[in-house]
Amino acid sequence: MTLRVYAIAYLIFLYAPIALLPVFAFNDGTIIAFPLQGFTTDWFATLWTTQALHDAVGNSLFIAALTAVFSTILGVCAARAGALPHFPGKTGILGFVMLPLVLPEIIVAVSLLIVLRQILDFDLSNWTIIAAHTLICTPFSIAILNGAFQNLDPAFEEAALDLGETRWSAFRLVILPLVMPGIVSSMLIAFTISLDEFIIAFFLTGSNPTMPVYIWGLLRFPASLPVVMALGTILVALSIALLALAEYFRRRGLARVGATDAGGFV
Amino acid sequence: MKPLITLSGVNKYYGDYHALRDIDLTINEGEFFSLLGPSGCGKTTLLRAIAGFEDASSGTVTIDGRDMAGVSANHRPTNMVFQSYAIFPHLTVAGNVAFGLRKSGLDKRARGAAVEDALDMVGLGGYGARAAHALSGGQRQRVALARALILKPRVLLLDEPLSALDRKMREQMQVELIKLQRSVGITFILVTHDQEEALVMSDRIAVMFEGGIGQMSDPETLYRRPASRRVADFIGKMNFLAGTATRTGQGIEVEVQGLGRATVPPEQAPGGVPGGACVIGIRPESLGLLFDGETTTARTADAAVDEVVYYGDMTYYDVRIDGIDRPLTLSMKNLIGRPVLDVGMRTQVIWDERSLVILPD
Repeated sequence: MTLRVYAIAYLIFLYAPIALLPVFAFNDGTIIAFPLQGFTTDWFATLWTTQALHDAVGNSLFIAALTAVFSTILGVCAARAGALPHFPGKTGILGFVMLPLVLPEIIVAVSLLIVLRQILDFDLSNWTIIAAHTLICTPFSIAILNGAFQNLDPAFEEAALDLGETRWSAFRLVILPLVMPGIVSSMLIAFTISLDEFIIAFFLTGSNPTMPVYIWGLLRFPASLPVVMALGTILVALSIALLALAEYFRRRGLARVGATDAGGFV
Repeated sequence: MKPLITLSGVNKYYGDYHALRDIDLTINEGEFFSLLGPSGCGKTTLLRAIAGFEDASSGTVTIDGRDMAGVSANHRPTNMVFQSYAIFPHLTVAGNVAFGLRKSGLDKRARGAAVEDALDMVGLGGYGARAAHALSGGQRQRVALARALILKPRVLLLDEPLSALDRKMREQMQVELIKLQRSVGITFILVTHDQEEALVMSDRIAVMFEGGIGQMSDPETLYRRPASRRVADFIGKMNFLAGTATRTGQGIEVEVQGLGRATVPPEQAPGGVPGGACVIGIRPESLGLLFDGETTTARTADAAVDEVVYYGDMTYYDVRIDGIDRPLTLSMKNLIGRPVLDVGMRTQVIWDERSLVILPD
């Protein structure tokens, strides 16, 4: 009984602020305060017609999609190497690869800005953000894919070789399909992280901001707060859908190889 | 008999660890050959060196007259049944069996027919559409066999294929494997730590200890005339007695602790006659008990029953004989009318000099 009360209290603490988003997104008033003024969908309509927002969302989706692909490719390479039995200096190298996971993002952002602008003299663009986001997302991809590769019986690859396949075709025909659920999970996680990352994007963004940077810009005008609420509502709904999709792929992957469920996102 | 696989002077090191020591070995065409030994003896390493998953540090591996140095596993005329079976979980049974046919050049219909034939051969006809992960242990093993045999390899390598099965299933599969090997005529090399399995299935057995071959011969010779105490101890049960041996004109003159003097045929010393102190081995079934009312012309020794273990078809006795420091184990068939003795009873042990094996100490 106590446990149930505690659990409910915990859930309220977690989700009450987020639950306020849709409440004020549909509230007919520019001031975020109770009592509510009435129902409206004007804020969503405003979103629909704001070209700057569309550009920002476009930038974010482009950056997130490519970040997901790049960090997952790097993650597959690292996890594959990590699963090899004889790989000199494995622990040390993997430790350093995982380090960006715990580095303060603002430090990473400042150093990247210095490197890109002062040393390499690159122009800031979506590509600089993609490079930086790949840097911070790769450790997550490695962590997810490590699990997928470590659980793989090394005999699968040997059996494929024994049956006449080359190392590459054995990888393509046997290993890749078996780690596919991990690859999908890795892409979805990297996509989500990149999509809502603010600090690095804020430092490295060029003339066209990403969505989080655009939202931050909106906050300077109190009148546009309800619009932010509406945008937030859409983002929360999308995140939940994305998470459900990731979990669906994970479970389908497990069912396909007949493995037992050892826990996942949901 | 034509030699198919020849290993000469094969050594394998992992750093300082000497995994294979000077292996010289010839395996003939159509032979059922076993590599037998305790875990860590190098038998799996040797199998993997033949398959192409390990490179020998020195020495040569020849298959079908071709030196295998630099030939990778996918280009060797060998196929393997792995200990874990390594059935690809994302494919169906038919998908697994057809896996190796991808580069065979066969069209879809010919492949389907080959898969159906291979599945029939291992008793899984009609299982093609099943998901691989829904199979039982015995069925997985059959799929692994079909997947390897469909490629008609010169050699089938089996890495402890029966160790994951329960006893009943294991015994059934032993018989099926022997039949399968006879019908396809392919050379089988089996790795096992189970001496009974090796004895039942093999034409010849190599017993391995610490990376080297201890003895290599047919099962009967291995069982009756082990060349060393180590082999004798690993294959079946054997009593070891202290004694002395000297070569004479008629055979070998031995003095056995507790049993007395005897003359043994020369072939009973496969490891050579050490001259002087030696160990004399005798199998439990080569000893007998003299029951009340029976007489014998064989050699006997007075004994007392120390322990009785009843197995149903057999009874194992530990008996104490004067002059022998520890009890001897002997086994008796439980024939109709034959009593099972009790602990502490006095009896007489029957033995035969032809069943003594002289082993270097």
